[in-house]
Amino acid sequence: MKQAELIPHLFRTEYRKIVSVLCKLFGIDHIEIAEDIASDTFLLASELWGLKGLPENPTAWLYLVAKNKTRDYLKRNSLFAQSISKDLKHNSTISEEIEIDLSVKNINDSQLAMIFVVCHPCNPAEARIGLALNLLCGFGIDEIANAFLTNKEVIYKRLQRAKEKLRTEKIKIEQPTLSEIDDRLPTVLMILYLLFNEGYYSSSQDITLRKDLCFEAMRLAYLLIENEQTNKPFANALLSLMCFHSSRFDARLSQNGETILYQDQDTSLWDQGLITKGEYFLDQASRGNKISKYHLEAGIAYWHTIRTDTKEKWENILQLYNQLLLIEYSPIAALNRTYALAKANGKKEAIIEAEKINLTDNHLYHSLLGDLYTDVDNAKAILHLQTALALTRSTADKMLISNRILECRKKEQQLGKP
Amino acid sequence: MKDFLLIYRTDYNNMPKNPSPEQMQATTKRWMDWIGGIAAQNHLTDRGNSLIPSGKVLKADNVIADGPYTEIKECILGYSIVKADSIENATELAKGCPIFAVGGNVEVREIRVI
Repeated sequence: MKQAELIPHLFRTEYRKIVSVLCKLFGIDHIEIAEDIASDTFLLASELWGLKGLPENPTAWLYLVAKNKTRDYLKRNSLFAQSISKDLKHNSTISEEIEIDLSVKNINDSQLAMIFVVCHPCNPAEARIGLALNLLCGFGIDEIANAFLTNKEVIYKRLQRAKEKLRTEKIKIEQPTLSEIDDRLPTVLMILYLLFNEGYYSSSQDITLRKDLCFEAMRLAYLLIENEQTNKPFANALLSLMCFHSSRFDARLSQNGETILYQDQDTSLWDQGLITKGEYFLDQASRGNKISKYHLEAGIAYWHTIRTDTKEKWENILQLYNQLLLIEYSPIAALNRTYALAKANGKKEAIIEAEKINLTDNHLYHSLLGDLYTDVDNAKAILHLQTALALTRSTADKMLISNRILECRKKEQQLGKP
Repeated sequence: MKDFLLIYRTDYNNMPKNPSPEQMQATTKRWMDWIGGIAAQNHLTDRGNSLIPSGKVLKADNVIADGPYTEIKECILGYSIVKADSIENATELAKGCPIFAVGGNVEVREIRVI
């Protein structure tokens, strides 16, 4: 790996480790100091490595510098040292003797503890996603604002408020107990799921950023699976789902960030490696006796990795959507279920069902009806597509829909000819 | 939105005796597609359950009878709970229920919460 790529790469993988270990050491009241020390370490790395070349073991170098910076900080700021020494688990008040443990085990334990802190239900979901990106993925305010399509101040305030909330609630940074894991794992998984979706379905044009969000969510999900206590079927189902979805990342977006519909994708761009991983985690996920929405969505995603359209494929997708809707309603699941219904049971039945769904202010609803009416009643198809066109805000979607209207017009003209 | 209980009844004699796995699968599909359709309209509160045919009926003076009366025409097969604005809309949801295919009916009752 070249130096220019190495620092961002290490930043992604090592920043969270350093922050987690230091946060666990300092306690929730001093997260910012942990963040500052980790950031300073990387700043120094980019300055020094540029001048002197790479150290022999860059990761070890980062850990050593982070340790020294922490010791320096404690030494320099004796007042601070006194105030946090109460929080430190070590009895020693002499800063030099404080053990800064960057062993693999403590890094893992600290990261796991931090995931549970960051996803603590005392904060609203969007704040939790922001905190995860900030503390666990090393995303700056700018990047988070870009991902959420909002401005920096909003994100800055959101993060400050969320960190303050963790402090006032006195959330402890510690390894969750087994019973806490069972209680709180669902909210952790939900945050990782939302984080992934933020990248996958975002209307942001920044493809690299969107991919990063997805891969960060996957890294965090993988962290849960690497840990024995959190390696639960639900977590495996979630990671499986993420693998299947991200296998199509390169196929579903054009160079300009426009969405390419599933049926129009170049399947040679599907990532077989990720599909195989998805299958492995789905297999692991099936070892429990409970079924979650992640299992069902992973199942649906699995069937989508099979290229050929068969009756079996769409029948399975339809039944998985039926089950998913029984667990939890969502407009998108209702629409996708109706698409699967058309594929499995025919357009006639699907049109009747689609009209019952009645999501008239949703452009995807009209887009679906446009699709179902194509070749059945092209005039109606055009009407629905025009409504969809008026309702959508994304330029990429507008272009897609306009093309479909043109196709329908052609079909109608051909049929009109004697 | 109010909750309504859908009670599925039919004559057990109309049900296929010893259905093949394919028949059973087809029946499951019909029910899942139908209830999935209600869920897709966001009108499902509880998918409910189906009932095992045999049971007991306890009467006054602790008289226990084998029941329910599978010989009668209208035996309860199962139930679901849907949500709707009115009894008319709830009844509309019951249309297309697979119970009709075996000569049954759906009773729609508003649930009064106590």
